[in-house]
Amino acid sequence: MKAFLILEDGTVFCGSSIGSDREVISEIVFNTSMTGYLEVLTDPSYAGQAVAMTYPLIGNYGICREDMESGRPWPDGFIVRELSPIPSNFRSGDTIQHFLKEYDIPGISGIDTRALTKILREKGTMNGMITTHAYDDYTKPMERIKSYRVTGVVKAVSCKETYVVEPSDPAALPVSVRTARKTETMQRRAGEGKRVALLDLGAKRNIARSLAERGCLVTVYPCHTPAEEILAAKPDGIMLSNGPGDPKENAEMIREIGRLYESEIPIFAICLGHQLMALAVGADTYKLKYGHRGGNHPVKDLDTGRVYISSQNHGYAVDPKSLDPQVAVPAFVNVNDNTNEGLRYVGKNIFTVQFHPEACPGPQDSGYLFDRFIEMMGGKE
Amino acid sequence: MPKNPEIKKVLVLGSGPIVIGQAAEFDYAGTQACRSLKEEGIEVVLLNSNPATIMTDKDIADRVYIEPLTTEVVERLIRKECPDSVLPTLGGQAGLNLAMELEESGFLKENQVRLIGTTALTIKKAEDRELFKETMERIGEPVAPSDIVEDVEDGLRIAAEIGYPVVLRPAYTLGGSGGGIARGPEQCREILENGLRLSRVGQVLVERCIAGWKEIEYEVIRDGAGNVITVCNMENIDPVGVHTGDSIVVAPSQTLGDKEYQMLRTSALNIITELGITGGCNVQYALNPDSFEYCVIEVNPRVSRSSALASKATGYPIAKVAAKIALGYTLDEIKNAVTKKTCACFEPMLDYCVVKMPRLPFDKFISAKRALGTQMKATGEVMSICTSFEGALMKAIRSLEQHVDSLTLYTAPSGEKRTASLQKTDITECSKEDSALPDENQTQTLPEAGIMECPNGYDFSRLDQDGLKRQLAKVDDRRIWVIAEALRRGISYDEIFEITRIDRWFIDKLAVLVDMEETLKVGPLTMELLREAKRLEFPDTVIARLTGMSVQEIKEMRYGAGIRASFKMVDTCAAEFAAETPYYYSCFDGISEEEGSGGTDVGYGGSDPAKTANPANESHPKKKVLVLGSGPIRIGQGIEFDFCSVHSTWAFAKEGYETIIINNNPETVSTDFDIADKLYFEPLTPEDVESIVDMEKPDGAVVQFGGQTAIKLTEALMKMGVPILGTAAEDVDAAEDRELFDRILEQCRIPRPAGHTVFTAQEAKAAANELGYPVLVRPSYVLGGQGMQICINDHDIDEFIGIINQIAQDHPILVDKYIVGKEIEVDAVCDGKDILIPGIMEHIERTGVHSGDSISVYPAPSITPEIEARLVDYTERLARALHVKGMINIQFIVAGEEVFIIEVNPRSSRTVPYISKVTGIPIVPLATRVICGHTLKELGYTPGLQKKSKYMAIKMPVFSFEKIRGADISLGPEMKSTGECLGVAETFNEALYKAFAGAGIKLPKHKNMVITVRESEHEAVVEIARRFQNAGYRIFATRGTARALNAHGVKALTVRKLEQESPNILDLILGHEIDLVIDIPQQGAERSHDGFIIRRNAIETGVHVLTSLDTAEALATSLENRTKELTLIDIGTL
Repeated sequence: MKAFLILEDGTVFCGSSIGSDREVISEIVFNTSMTGYLEVLTDPSYAGQAVAMTYPLIGNYGICREDMESGRPWPDGFIVRELSPIPSNFRSGDTIQHFLKEYDIPGISGIDTRALTKILREKGTMNGMITTHAYDDYTKPMERIKSYRVTGVVKAVSCKETYVVEPSDPAALPVSVRTARKTETMQRRAGEGKRVALLDLGAKRNIARSLAERGCLVTVYPCHTPAEEILAAKPDGIMLSNGPGDPKENAEMIREIGRLYESEIPIFAICLGHQLMALAVGADTYKLKYGHRGGNHPVKDLDTGRVYISSQNHGYAVDPKSLDPQVAVPAFVNVNDNTNEGLRYVGKNIFTVQFHPEACPGPQDSGYLFDRFIEMMGGKE
Repeated sequence: MPKNPEIKKVLVLGSGPIVIGQAAEFDYAGTQACRSLKEEGIEVVLLNSNPATIMTDKDIADRVYIEPLTTEVVERLIRKECPDSVLPTLGGQAGLNLAMELEESGFLKENQVRLIGTTALTIKKAEDRELFKETMERIGEPVAPSDIVEDVEDGLRIAAEIGYPVVLRPAYTLGGSGGGIARGPEQCREILENGLRLSRVGQVLVERCIAGWKEIEYEVIRDGAGNVITVCNMENIDPVGVHTGDSIVVAPSQTLGDKEYQMLRTSALNIITELGITGGCNVQYALNPDSFEYCVIEVNPRVSRSSALASKATGYPIAKVAAKIALGYTLDEIKNAVTKKTCACFEPMLDYCVVKMPRLPFDKFISAKRALGTQMKATGEVMSICTSFEGALMKAIRSLEQHVDSLTLYTAPSGEKRTASLQKTDITECSKEDSALPDENQTQTLPEAGIMECPNGYDFSRLDQDGLKRQLAKVDDRRIWVIAEALRRGISYDEIFEITRIDRWFIDKLAVLVDMEETLKVGPLTMELLREAKRLEFPDTVIARLTGMSVQEIKEMRYGAGIRASFKMVDTCAAEFAAETPYYYSCFDGISEEEGSGGTDVGYGGSDPAKTANPANESHPKKKVLVLGSGPIRIGQGIEFDFCSVHSTWAFAKEGYETIIINNNPETVSTDFDIADKLYFEPLTPEDVESIVDMEKPDGAVVQFGGQTAIKLTEALMKMGVPILGTAAEDVDAAEDRELFDRILEQCRIPRPAGHTVFTAQEAKAAANELGYPVLVRPSYVLGGQGMQICINDHDIDEFIGIINQIAQDHPILVDKYIVGKEIEVDAVCDGKDILIPGIMEHIERTGVHSGDSISVYPAPSITPEIEARLVDYTERLARALHVKGMINIQFIVAGEEVFIIEVNPRSSRTVPYISKVTGIPIVPLATRVICGHTLKELGYTPGLQKKSKYMAIKMPVFSFEKIRGADISLGPEMKSTGECLGVAETFNEALYKAFAGAGIKLPKHKNMVITVRESEHEAVVEIARRFQNAGYRIFATRGTARALNAHGVKALTVRKLEQESPNILDLILGHEIDLVIDIPQQGAERSHDGFIIRRNAIETGVHVLTSLDTAEALATSLENRTKELTLIDIGTL
């Protein structure tokens, strides 16, 4: 079946329908990772967006459900150049075609994703529609396309109830996860006995898993959990997760995070969590022209000068000019475009990063930050 | 970390002559590194014995020494030039080994020279087997576990520990006999019992069996501050067991999930960190396809063939960055040369698929075993880029220039409609059973009965199902064609996988191509089908063949519907950032790119040519020139043509042209994106070139620098309306067409060996008898002497015509009188009126040995002034008669007072780089400027033969025979060498010594040699033998030769012939005490089988073998003069 991608600038791509054939309007973004499409699809940060993969051959190794980063795929749509007709991997239990259908995710294949990427790069992230309906006049749905806004996504993706992730015995992990992160599991179980509260703003599974693997007991809280409730549980550390959408939209959560800031409990935040913490202390965030989504972004640790290749997925960034240097100072910077990639909070046991040390997909190079967090909590060396 | 201020003068070590396994990639890396160093104000001293390289140009380094790569030379050079540092990681294994020797002997420390790029300890950790294993174990990186056992029970215990299947290798048995793969304890016990008995020392190595696992490579870079990145990962389509250089390789990996990808990436980064490498490094893995189990196969602590490939596949200039890191820079301080906005500390993201295919030399060595294993056999490779794997594979196949354009061509016509002319070729090409081919030393790979073998292809369609399956199990260069045939027969993916261990994903992709063939055959050819076929990169010619339509019809249909190639940019970042690199590839499913085009109207589903913007539509006041490259490196067409293409490109740029290079060889300098204004990484076929021409609309194309590959495109370019710059196409043709050429020779009154053009064996024999044997027989239109042979009797002719008929039914066969004489070679530049001859070269070997395999001496040492004058006169007459504008290469025979012409090439030749370097005349730039319309006089040159240099320069061919099992090494009219080196000195003797040393002939060692020559040479060999005897050699000879030697007072010990009982000549050679074998085989087709076995065994045990008395004489001369100290010469001062 034919499918069309109509962008709000009037560009129309014609391809084939994949997954669901329902019509969808969403914000169109691109991801440059060459592997990890399932992790991308199940990353809750993509809620409210349709994601285009710049790598042209997708689905090659099928679907390994244990690699899912949440319970379901979140993007509104999926845009690829070519879907592999057969998957080939010893763990694959399904095809991506079927997976998209199962979760009713519409998509389009057979389009020039590089041309699409260039449009988004030049003109910035924009809205678009994926449809199997052949409009005779593309201006007709344009009003609807243009008026689309990503809203309410954090609540939609966050867990509904508190739950606990027990410290994991590395040996008990699925063999895939264990071997794939051999270097991390080789590290001491320094977090033994530490209790971490993880505020789920759209958390990828590997955040809790990274902590549990280090011996922590992780309690995962829904995004709307009041600060008092978390503080009352007296955790050794608080972790703010990644998540979707415009950070400023979450006024209530920002207020609660401000309260967490006031406590003396060590805090580590990733992505949206990093942005919300910055907003909570009065700094500002802004929307990037076309965001950072991929697994090759260099970030520099400003303390050591070392550069790490990081996994990234964010459309907004903290404006370092808006920071009160008495409150927070940049800790990481993106070497490509000098945008802020992390903050250290002055006089506080808090640090936050824009990128994804939990990887999945992408490089595992910054996984050491979880160790740093455990150190902050007084974990044993 | 900024640049280390203590580094001011750096010695860069090159990799020496091109041999299999060490090819043009090191010229690419070295050139890039030298330029990168000079950019930083570093004084660069370069040492490389290979004159055909760009790195040995005086523009690339400050001081250039084309000297043998020996410790003796490096030591002298360091004392002479006093560099503060040596950069050894860009010259392949040769450079690395040399540096290690100097480091270990303490010489570097003594002379206060540091190794930069990597430390000696690092090199040791990576190269020393035990130390490497230890290092890997320390950081928890698995290597294939193994242990040596001495009894069965021990062996079973170890095997159980390691895990089945295990490979059992008895120590010290010939050819690994007695070993095998055990899948369980029972089998293990059986093999162990046998193996322990067979092993001379009673030991068996038990090793985890990783054959059949996926082979994955990572290219990683680390700087001095510890920052690490991966540039690229690659997946070999052939599983572990085939050398990666002989595998079809795809980048990035296709069948690895993120978990596997990151697991191996993290491992590679851990390894480079632990080894402390500063620069580039290549890590090879075996990955179990059924689990996450992996092991490290190998680490190369230097730039390699794979890193050249990774650089071209991603656009990330590894060598350039590695050179900057060696100076002390960190990755984040180095600019990304592609985006010019971001830094070098990032990982390239591809939004396309890259396929590399090896170029194997089995067309040259028909007797060689095609089996691929852990010993690399490819002489070169091609790379292609496309948006799909199928497309990239199809492009790679046709880039190989092996008369194969798809997965179909190895198939016989099976009832599909074809055009008349095609049918004829197909039938003749496949009409011969391969059993008739000379097939000496065939033990393992007896061809399947029923495979139709012809010089250009194999037809697997007539194999029965079992035969096909057996063929599938054979690991050789034709395997994807066999798989295609298996798919046509409906053999299941699973079964093909079980036999080949090639991942099902790749098998499925081959099936897509096979399905498309079938669909096209069935028809009808709808626009949609055509569009899809083009997306899969089916060339028009193949579509025409399958559908029964004409190429013109297909083309018209395509153009009518706007189905045309569009061009995409290689930008390292999947379009995330704007890039300025003018590096493009084509595809049929996208929109052409133009900088800044936001593409507001993309139209429905693709490329409307009217609307598509393209990279060429910017306003260009400059004239545009298309420079055609020379494709993959192969025997007969090597790196020298890349040298010429690059220099021509630079010269055109200086003349104010916008330059466009088309090439497909990832190992070369010409495919570096900063050489020309634009680089198109594309196959060099008429259709692919036409797509570029359609868009770029060049003002002209130059074909005379890209070897035969470019020359072959002349006619097609003319049809496209592209003017050929320089010598006109019809004149090129005149030089290649026998009749036209004969007419020109007649006009010029230049004699050539008497000869006839014939079509049948009967006519050939008549001609030969009239001319008198020996005669030279060859098909017209040949490259590198392919299919050429000396025939001494009627029988030879019968046999030989049979073979060449397969290649050249449509072309006549030439029978020429074989004249024994000196071979002379001349390269010249002609501006249409005046001719400049840089110098005259003389070959040491008499006629009959291909010029590329001869030792060549400049200036010609033994020709009289009269002969010289005649050579100049003939050259001038010919150049004028052929209206040459640019380069011409002529080969002459001088026999007594007579001068004959044997060959004219109206193009740049193999000898151009070398003659340019020794004369100091920039021949290629000069020819290019002449092509642009300048006259030689205007350019400040006096026409005619230039003054002789005060230096002698001797070019020595270098062979890779030991790598190609089963290849006959005896020299003849067909070229066999893979590379060359140069010896430059004030005297002939010193130059000769250097040339031999550069070629790796380090004698004497044991001072024992074997001489076995045919009877006609008995007399001639006496004096040579005497000289070796005087040099201290003990001579062994076969009976006849020994008798002749002893009769003339040269003491020779008689050895038994091969068929006689042990100890015979073979035992002597295998005893590892022989330095040299002089073996002069019979001329003609019937070469002795014994001789073949002796030569092969000698080569495989590392014994030097000479098959020409002239070479032997030269070696004797060299030995007599070896005591003298070498004088090192800076080429820049010539």
